Amino acid sequence: MDLAVVVLIQVLYAVAGLVIVSAGLAVIFGMMKVINLAHGEFMMLGAYATLGAHQLGLNLWLAMLVVAPLAVGAVGVLLERLVVRRLYGRMVDTMLATWGLSLLLVGIVTSVMGNTTAGVSAPLGSFAVGAYSVSGYTLVIIAVAVVLALTIRWVLLRTPWGLIARGTMQKPEMANALGIHPGRVYATTFAVGAALSGLAGGLLAPLTGVVPTMGGAFVAKAFITVIGGGPAILAGLVGASSLFGAINQLATFLTTPVLGEVALLLAAIVMLRLLPQGITGRFFKGSL
Amino acid sequence: MNRFAQSWHSAALSLAVGAVLLFALPGLLDEYTLLQVTIYAVMSILAVSLAFIWGFGGILCFGQAAFFGLGAYTYALAVMNLGDSTLPFLMAIALPALFAALLGYVIFYGRLSDVYMGVITLTVTLILFNLVNSTAGPEWRIGDAPLGGFNGIPGIPTLNVPGRPDELLSPGALFTLTGVCLLVVYGLLRWLIASKIGRVIVAAKENEQRVLLLGYDARAYKLFCFTVGGAIAGLAGCLFANWGAFTSPTVFGLAQSAQIIIWVIVGGLGTLVGPVVGCVLIQWLTTHIGTQQTFNANLVLGAILLGFVLMVPRGLLPSLGDLVDAGLRRWRQRSPRAAAATPATAEETAA
Repeated sequence: MDLAVVVLIQVLYAVAGLVIVSAGLAVIFGMMKVINLAHGEFMMLGAYATLGAHQLGLNLWLAMLVVAPLAVGAVGVLLERLVVRRLYGRMVDTMLATWGLSLLLVGIVTSVMGNTTAGVSAPLGSFAVGAYSVSGYTLVIIAVAVVLALTIRWVLLRTPWGLIARGTMQKPEMANALGIHPGRVYATTFAVGAALSGLAGGLLAPLTGVVPTMGGAFVAKAFITVIGGGPAILAGLVGASSLFGAINQLATFLTTPVLGEVALLLAAIVMLRLLPQGITGRFFKGSL
Repeated sequence: MNRFAQSWHSAALSLAVGAVLLFALPGLLDEYTLLQVTIYAVMSILAVSLAFIWGFGGILCFGQAAFFGLGAYTYALAVMNLGDSTLPFLMAIALPALFAALLGYVIFYGRLSDVYMGVITLTVTLILFNLVNSTAGPEWRIGDAPLGGFNGIPGIPTLNVPGRPDELLSPGALFTLTGVCLLVVYGLLRWLIASKIGRVIVAAKENEQRVLLLGYDARAYKLFCFTVGGAIAGLAGCLFANWGAFTSPTVFGLAQSAQIIIWVIVGGLGTLVGPVVGCVLIQWLTTHIGTQQTFNANLVLGAILLGFVLMVPRGLLPSLGDLVDAGLRRWRQRSPRAAAATPATAEETAA
């Protein structure tokens, strides 16, 4: 019984981790059809922002939940203006340019911070479930993922900004005729996506250790989660995260973490062969 | 497209330059430099493999390093078990080709679009990297050869004269072999591109639907193109394992895949020689960056990739070709007698 609870928590945690890691990419790719291969590096910047702010004496929660998204959002504004804006509509070129960007960011951070692992310790300690103990931070990750998904849904469906953003992505000319500046909407969306990536980096900083190359571990996972999710941003994100997260965690539980990762990636390939349009290309059509 | 680049003159010119280098370099360079040049040639074969499938097949493969790594590991494991290097050499080409055929079947017959193609090839590379990286323990072995995990496989027996396992190739002979491989691969690819199959492959890149309507099975042609690319990358991997007598999981790494793409982008998409030039330039640059401390290699590579995508999207060689074309045209316009004498020139100016 205790074991079942612990495994359930771990599975939820894996799912939540994927939701958090992929949310920023889901917004940028799902809304703007821009494949941001520098996503992992945005997370890395978020982690460094958290680390820096915490070392300057700021409360860890503030550093993670406020400083990291703001800092990376600002970087996102800058990069959208300098690079991404020139390549809208050219999917492959955007992919290549953002890959260049990711190498560039790794290079810059390595030059400035050195190629060493820094870390923040996870807050909240742990609590006992029968004979097992579970880290309290695990529950924080699960809670943040739920709040994040609900917030994205609320913003997109219930606020004027969400309406404007969705409308602009569907028909930029029409939005423009109605007095909305599409360029500004694109820039804002990209910045929001970047901020979400920064938040993910901040949240994961206590779990993974902060190195310039840490982004590489996440970009592929985030990428396949978003692609596997298909056209509906939120339903796809949650659906694909649940599927891949559960497979990853169960395989890890039964074998080793490495094979867990392999199982996740294999599942993604098999799924894309069966559902080339992603999960929401077949199920939950028309949802958000 | 440059007229010259498509004509057989350019193929002959490239082959001639390559042959001259092949004969002249061993006499001109000391052994250490020759070894450096050998790795440039090995990587050039890898660059050509992606140049073919991306530039002519329109298949953007983020995981060309997977086939490269498979080639290296296949050769290493096979030669450590078999002793004689002839069969391992062939296996290192055949196995990656087979793997590419399987992967290509999933991708092309599933009618996955470009983006998904990128994701799947990237994912497969990561799987291989993760798997091989985790095989460090002594229980992971194939026959007599331990897989080595993140430590890699050291002391790989290098190629020998076919049938005589004791007569290993000297570094000079390895250079000649690599150079010959590069030239043969280049020549065969130029021939393939000019053949009917090659024309269908290029046509499928330009407009897949029209090719389908004309009665060609575009999937099969793409699959063939992808498989050939995998075989060539496997050959490069095999030569790489011979070059250093060493291979490690980094051959499967994302950095390796990124490099190949950068070579092609810098040299010029849609040509075969361009990526070779790009490869040599970038390799030379990264070797030199490694010797100084100011700039990080990632930083420079990232900046180059970004700069080329934004400012020179066609790459060095085609852009250079355009400049030469424009120069020639201006020169011909200035001398009306030449223009009148050759009607073809007038056509060219109009086009």
